[in-house]
Amino acid sequence: MNLLAPSRIRQSPKSLFPYLFAGLFLLAFFDSWQRAGIDPKVFFEPRGQRALGKFLTGMFPPDLSPAFLSLLFRPALETIQISILGTIIAVMIGFPLGLLGTNTMAVAGILNEAELQGAPLRRGLRYAVYFIARGLLSLFRSIPEFVWAFMFVRAVGLGPFPGVLAIGLAYGGMLGKVYSEIFEGVNYRPLEALQSLGANKLQIFFYGWFPQALPNFVSYTLYRWECAVRASAILGLVGAGGLGQQIEISMRMFNFNEVLTILIILFLMVAAVDYLSAKVRAML
Amino acid sequence: MSSLKRQYHLEQVRKVFGRRQVALDGVDLNIRQGERVALIGPSGAGKTTLFRLLNCTLRPTSGKIWIDGEDVETLHGKQLRQARRRIGTVYQQHNLIPRLKVIHNVLAGQLGRWSTLRSLASLAKPHDGELAHKALDQVGIPEKLFDRTDELSGGQQQRVAIARVLVQDPEVVLADEPVSSVDPTLASTIVRLLIDISRDTGKTLVVSLHSVDLALAYFSRVIGIRNGTIAFDLSPEKISDAMLEELYAGSGREDSNTEATSEPASSIAYPSIS
Repeated sequence: MNLLAPSRIRQSPKSLFPYLFAGLFLLAFFDSWQRAGIDPKVFFEPRGQRALGKFLTGMFPPDLSPAFLSLLFRPALETIQISILGTIIAVMIGFPLGLLGTNTMAVAGILNEAELQGAPLRRGLRYAVYFIARGLLSLFRSIPEFVWAFMFVRAVGLGPFPGVLAIGLAYGGMLGKVYSEIFEGVNYRPLEALQSLGANKLQIFFYGWFPQALPNFVSYTLYRWECAVRASAILGLVGAGGLGQQIEISMRMFNFNEVLTILIILFLMVAAVDYLSAKVRAML
Repeated sequence: MSSLKRQYHLEQVRKVFGRRQVALDGVDLNIRQGERVALIGPSGAGKTTLFRLLNCTLRPTSGKIWIDGEDVETLHGKQLRQARRRIGTVYQQHNLIPRLKVIHNVLAGQLGRWSTLRSLASLAKPHDGELAHKALDQVGIPEKLFDRTDELSGGQQQRVAIARVLVQDPEVVLADEPVSSVDPTLASTIVRLLIDISRDTGKTLVVSLHSVDLALAYFSRVIGIRNGTIAFDLSPEKISDAMLEELYAGSGREDSNTEATSEPASSIAYPSIS
């Protein structure tokens, strides 16, 4: 049907928005450039080149001696373990909160119309839960995992445990937000059909919502696990176990060849996780 | 066959979306238990909104709806779900979960009876597999029980949707454009299937159809809907070509020169904007 009558297209008014936006972008770019102290000349000045050269030549060859490698075995394993446990805790936090913070689950859309129309108390309660869930998720992810780790090291002592907690909370906040977006993005028609045959919200979730969201759910969770491997290596810098502690020691001793070894191991671990995720995604 | 008991009783039902998008405007309607009714009318006339009111997905902005003597306005929570369980709906398309196996989509008809825990367990190990098989057998595709739903054709998926209604075993079957996405031969097969189910079990049946021919051929009561109101509510022999012409005239407020007016009684499906 003639929904797109040509007469209507021609009349689209000229908007100032693109120019405004372009201007704002340029302003932000140059201001940031200046304030961030970006200065490519440093790379060509003798002082900068010497420091860079020292760092790079210091890295080669990487220290592949059996003694050092065997020293790294435990911290590497610990890093993986921190990332796995941290991600599991993150899913346990992000999944329920993400669910409660899903707009179309909690308050809006066709699945809540009949239930909430003419029921102000119910509506108020639902909104309260919805905002609390979203607020918690924002809180968890607005504090960097590094800061979480710093606080947990104070609270529960040095070692991998604070690292697990830090990743669990910070990543829980990120996962929850993205989960709720994934859940909001599924086709609502099958859900409407399930509701109309008398299913409750949880049944609708397990039969309609989750199966539709599963591929995105799994692939985003695995991606976050990959990030967690990297993050848990860094958390060692504040004493939260893993490879990070070793990186810190080697850097402080100016043993850049050891740093390179650790970076290679980290790279291999991330690549392995990536490979594993691809395999899992292919199975879905 | 047609008892005097009222399945549906609607009084001055009005549904407004947002501030002023009037979908239904003062609908009065009575449907008896076991009755079979076809709804026809142009796209945007309010048929889908009416169905969503009839299956308790939406509530009227004003006016009253009684289902089986029960005032819908008073229903919330568990009672509302109980009321919905007694009403089965077949949609135009997209109403199944594509990634689930057929058996789970069919057994979803049981969700209104199952506890949450039991429904969850059934996803791992299907309860009532026999029931699902029987329902699929009845709609003619028993061999598809363990196929993934998105691997079926459109017509087969519609049969799965009907099998789900069979498992649900409701008192009312609503079908909103159940055949507008399948070819004409299959369309009449599916309509006949719905009618057989209604006839065999005494279920009330309300079907909206794009094809006026199908409505006139298979139903003893045809309701024409236009601009959110009931234009006519008659048996097919009393419906004249002029009435149909007027029903579809200028279908929709926005396009007053559509092709829909030219062949109101043909079997060609009317174009839908949705």
